[in-house]
Amino acid sequence: MALKKNREVIMHERDIEKTSKLQIVNTVFGTFFRYLFLFIVAFVVLFPFYWMIISSLKSLPEYKLSVPTFWPKTVMWSNYAEAFTAANLGILFKNTMIVGVVSTILSLVITILTAFVFARLEFRGKNILFAGLLATMMIPGELFTITNYETVFNLGWMNTYAVLIVPFLVSVFYVYLLRQNFMQIPNELYLAAKVDGTSDLKYLWKVMIPLALPTIISITILKMMGAWNSYMWPRLVANDEAHRLITNGLRNAFTNASGETNFPVQMAAVALVSIPLFLVFIFFRKYIMKGVSRSGIKG
Amino acid sequence: MVDSKHKWKAWLYLLPALVLLAVFTVYPIVNTIRLAFLEDYNMMLAARGKVFEFGFKNFEMVVQYQGFLTCLKNTILLCVLTVPISTILALLIAVALNSIKPLRRVLQTIYFLPYVTNSIAIGMVFAAMFNVVGNIASDPPLIETAGIINNFLGLFGVEPINWINGGSSYWANMTVMIIYIVWNALPFKILILLGGLQSVNKQYYDAAKVDGTSRGRVLRKITVPLLSPMIAYVVITGFIGGFKEYSSIVGVFGEAMGPPGSVGMGQMNTMVGYIYDSLGGQHQGRASAAALILFAIILAVTLINLQVSKKRVHY
Repeated sequence: MALKKNREVIMHERDIEKTSKLQIVNTVFGTFFRYLFLFIVAFVVLFPFYWMIISSLKSLPEYKLSVPTFWPKTVMWSNYAEAFTAANLGILFKNTMIVGVVSTILSLVITILTAFVFARLEFRGKNILFAGLLATMMIPGELFTITNYETVFNLGWMNTYAVLIVPFLVSVFYVYLLRQNFMQIPNELYLAAKVDGTSDLKYLWKVMIPLALPTIISITILKMMGAWNSYMWPRLVANDEAHRLITNGLRNAFTNASGETNFPVQMAAVALVSIPLFLVFIFFRKYIMKGVSRSGIKG
Repeated sequence: MVDSKHKWKAWLYLLPALVLLAVFTVYPIVNTIRLAFLEDYNMMLAARGKVFEFGFKNFEMVVQYQGFLTCLKNTILLCVLTVPISTILALLIAVALNSIKPLRRVLQTIYFLPYVTNSIAIGMVFAAMFNVVGNIASDPPLIETAGIINNFLGLFGVEPINWINGGSSYWANMTVMIIYIVWNALPFKILILLGGLQSVNKQYYDAAKVDGTSRGRVLRKITVPLLSPMIAYVVITGFIGGFKEYSSIVGVFGEAMGPPGSVGMGQMNTMVGYIYDSLGGQHQGRASAAALILFAIILAVTLINLQVSKKRVHY
């Protein structure tokens, strides 16, 4: 009886040894394949960027070689200068910066004030009003665009900076995001400030904005990126030379050319538009990823 | 709660937001619905005082128009094909990423890169990668360079394919768009799913390890159910984004919304593309009707998704 039990234990131990060996082999293989898979994905993700940079530095004849080169034989920095003039990038950059900076600043002021009211002040109908605002988020933007197109036309705003800035100053989503952040700040602080006779605006400026700074930075970056990437609305309402934004100018500068396209120059222009975005991403990675994971919207 | 004599201040702070929202958000909802029911509404004629009749003609014209049906088909196909592909891929990537330690941060950052791009600009890069320089449609084809994708496929003995050039087929175009859209959609989905994975209680996995459960079974029986709220979220946002697909196609094909040389509307045009064409072409009534149809479809798909996830999602 005792012997049998002993054998069982030994068998059991052997089993464990066997499975653990199997597990080690499994894990080594598993880890290998996991890394292989992840590296392949990383390659696929990065390749278009590599190809953009490499193509932008080639000469046109080299670009058109039937066997592609993976490093330019002669590095053609002049493509960038040519792209800058061909696509008129200088004025496009300037317009985009004006629209981006002005709309971001105004939008922040409005968003902060609105979020503050919904988070801290009390008045009749506040909750109904806020729910109503949230409900508008479900509606696709195209529905607004149609009427807004007519509105700005009737206002005589076509081809102005105002038309690119004003209609999108209030984002219900950013108000919601910031309100949630403001709500986390203990109300006691506000009441204490009230007792001390601090005004609402001073309290907002001295306490709430510093405490909610990460969210405010996220909103700033996403809003700037939105201006940088906006395409449809600017194309509709301000597609003249003086007010055209970067994305529009980029696509149209090379499509009108009949006959041969100079691909390396085109890629240089594309790189010039993409690089600022990468720089922003490198410096503000944390804020961007945090903002995006909570919003789920692009630009 | 706080001194009531300052109630007017709340409204003062709200004023700029409320005015802007009233003009550019609330009024458009009402007005666009109105325009959809004004037959053949054209804002230029309306500005000159023309009065339009009330009726359903806009909707009839939209749904009977062949171009709109093409747009609808393209949009639905792109959604139905890209959302499952990108969701499953993102799930696999997130699970693999979650199971490693070294290089995780670096890889995670790399995978996020496509998100911080301009969809028009990178669409042009994809176009360059698939583009054939020369004339591939002629017989015999005159090819200077077949493009890097064709070069790569050539390693496996595949003849150059006409992906996006003049005379390219519908499914070749579709394939390029699917690849680009999936590439573009991955970052957001990976971010959300990985965030979800990292908040999953490790004890479930320890229990599975003790029981010797196979990896595939762990994925199906533990990971997917625990992640189901996040999966539902990325699927729903994926469908909503998919139905509004537009600028990625402009990036690859330009405003022609299709390969060069085709007559009329591009074969890759989408619902949003149709709305913008009608809007720019002074058919605001038709554009409004199409926008309402789009809204109805998005609403229906979202409700269906929510209904399905109510049954499947484990909170």
